[in-house]
Amino acid sequence: MAGILLILLAAVFFPGIILRTRSVVSGRKGPGIFQPVKDLFVLFRKGSVFSSTTGIIFRIAPAVSLASVLCAALVLPFGNAGSLISFEGDFIYFSYMIALGKFFAIIGALDTGSSFEGMGANREAFFSMLVEPAFFILMATFAMFTGYTSFSEIFGSFLITDNAHLVIFTVMGIWLFIQTALVETSRVPVDDPKTHLELTMIHEVMILDNSGFDKALIHIVTYLKSAIYGSLIFNVLVPSGMVLWMQLILFIIVQVLFAIVIGLTESFRARNKMNKNPKFILAISAVAWMAFVVALILTHKFIG
Amino acid sequence: MIKQYTDIFNNSGPVPVTEIPVLHYQQFCSLVTGLLKDETRHCMAYYATGTSENIQLICCIGDDSGKKISLVSHLLPRHVRSLESLTPGCPQLHIFEREIHERTGISFIGHPWLKPVRFSHDRYDRTRAMNDYPFYEIEGEELHEVGVGPVHAGIIEPGHFRFICNGEKVLHLEIHLGYQHRGIEKLFRGKRNGLEMSLASESIAGDTSVGHALAHSQLAESLAGIEIPESIQIERCIALELERIAVHIGDTAALCGDVAYQLGQVVCEALRTTVINTTQLWCGNRFGKGLVRPGGTNYPLTDKVAEAILKVLDDSGKRYQEITDRIYSLPSLLGRFEDIGTVTRNQAMSAGAVGMAARSCGIERDTRASHPFQYYRKYAIKPVIYLTGDVLSRGLLRAAEVRASVSIIKDLISVWSNVSRDCHRPVYNLPLKSDSFALSVVEGWRGEILHSALTGTGGILEHYYIKDPSLHNWMALALAVRNQEISDFPVCNKSFNLSYCGNDL
Repeated sequence: MAGILLILLAAVFFPGIILRTRSVVSGRKGPGIFQPVKDLFVLFRKGSVFSSTTGIIFRIAPAVSLASVLCAALVLPFGNAGSLISFEGDFIYFSYMIALGKFFAIIGALDTGSSFEGMGANREAFFSMLVEPAFFILMATFAMFTGYTSFSEIFGSFLITDNAHLVIFTVMGIWLFIQTALVETSRVPVDDPKTHLELTMIHEVMILDNSGFDKALIHIVTYLKSAIYGSLIFNVLVPSGMVLWMQLILFIIVQVLFAIVIGLTESFRARNKMNKNPKFILAISAVAWMAFVVALILTHKFIG
Repeated sequence: MIKQYTDIFNNSGPVPVTEIPVLHYQQFCSLVTGLLKDETRHCMAYYATGTSENIQLICCIGDDSGKKISLVSHLLPRHVRSLESLTPGCPQLHIFEREIHERTGISFIGHPWLKPVRFSHDRYDRTRAMNDYPFYEIEGEELHEVGVGPVHAGIIEPGHFRFICNGEKVLHLEIHLGYQHRGIEKLFRGKRNGLEMSLASESIAGDTSVGHALAHSQLAESLAGIEIPESIQIERCIALELERIAVHIGDTAALCGDVAYQLGQVVCEALRTTVINTTQLWCGNRFGKGLVRPGGTNYPLTDKVAEAILKVLDDSGKRYQEITDRIYSLPSLLGRFEDIGTVTRNQAMSAGAVGMAARSCGIERDTRASHPFQYYRKYAIKPVIYLTGDVLSRGLLRAAEVRASVSIIKDLISVWSNVSRDCHRPVYNLPLKSDSFALSVVEGWRGEILHSALTGTGGILEHYYIKDPSLHNWMALALAVRNQEISDFPVCNKSFNLSYCGNDL
């Protein structure tokens, strides 16, 4: 229970911290931490406008996305409090719940019949497909290393195994989760959430037709996803045996640092050229694959 | 043997209309084609003017090396409805023939692309409307069309871009402009009030206020046969270079913004502000409106302003240098700029590209050097040239031109401080010479700006022709994005930064 509540809480701060980091780094005063959340309330008060070419899919897509991401968050543990629901192989459930939300976002975009949104949907589907192996290979590595297949058990036994090599996996896991998060939450260098240029967008162009309430739901999905990946990083990093208040503090620190890292990345580098994105994303999978092979060797499952 | 063409110098005073040789169309064609075969020449303007009985076609061909502009003309009766097109032999004339076709209804036989340029209010064929523009189409299972605009997401002017794509790759881009047409040339015809005309000229393209105001003032002075004092000439050059610096820095910011490089964007935006604020200190307007006027100036440069300019250029110039060094060495940015949107020298040559678009792919076309005006007649400029013709070269060219302009301004201010300062006020009722032709060329930050006028009896402006460099260069942009990814179009477009309203007039 604590896991999901903390994710919801983190999602409230997350976009504001990224925005603040970018403002401070560029020497501007910038909006307050809560500005993105305030914007949500503005959007919630507005009505939605639906294009006459869209059908039922377009109308339900934002709600389905939000529901699926919330469902995915249910399996994430927090320390030894565990997760709300947990079963064997729940990381597969997690990944496909997120994919389901994305699937609805994509067909919702296609439903509008706009050439821009078609282009964005095409890109989103392609890049999501490429990033999927990275997550699965990484989780498979963790599963093999710990001998469990659910988030709660994997992270629960993560640091109990007295293996010095674990630090490698922690570092790799964090790196991979950050990179995956950049792809999944449409941040620089894969996508640019700030741009106004429809032709270069990936995620933003898919939601051009959404307005008011629906748009707010879509923003919430993005914020939640960021917080979910922050929570995964926290779980990899912090041993579950720690006392609760210490874990709480560390959770906040991890989430804030994660947001600042994203903000700094966006301030000091340009985004990729579109045809470099597949290579960039495949490189993430390649690193995951390397981790997997190393784990095989270390656990003597590969040779002898 | 009759004289085939008249050679004039930029800004050299009015030419009596009768002195422009009128040729048969056959002769006209072979002469124009012959002149344009030489790569150092390009068509600066080609337009139609006329009375109720006749239409006169006037072609101005500039020589990039010889400082001369050749005038050729052809007179045809109104009832002649078609002529042979010169475009197949000289592709750079395509836009001018389209313009003449749109205005007079003359069909150019053999023109591959005789489409409307801007749907002007006084177009010949009123049955054609903006919304049935004949777009080029390609049939194919895999191909799809993407239409962008005329209303865009950012704060840019309206214009429609129609892409034919195969997946992410652009096969063809067609640019359809004209949404900004205001009929600005008409505002000059028959006018006597110089102030009114000056104000109109500043609004031809809002980002080139100084450039167009200078072209207009020069033209008016040239038709009136007056020469303004040296100190004002220097001041005008300083204003022109300040405008160049400000826009180039602003464009660098926009280029960074397009590829999501926040640092470059915010730094350049801040630096641009310091420069335009200096222009404001000088004349009260950040874009230099009101600074250049025919016959004199309302805002003579003072020692205080000169000092402020030098201080800003020292400071911001150095910072701009630092940030561009960083921008153009950062791998993630080079990956976005290098080999993107390449225009080859041959393509630029046949499109008749001018200004920055030409100089970034190895064509030495800078009217400050080839057709000098104002104080550039005494102060020689060395054009900055880059060879690769991609987005990176256009970015680097901007950085190099800013450096060059900073040193030009410093030199000009030191000259200015030693010349006698004649403080002439603007003259808004200059007596223009009757029955004359005049043209004036200015190298604005974007490239060659040309204003040309014909006066009738009593020195009344009968025809006023304006050419913004964008008119030539839009074609270069369309060529640049071929076989590129559609997601790279915005950065290509920004690297040219062409004017919509300058094209639409």
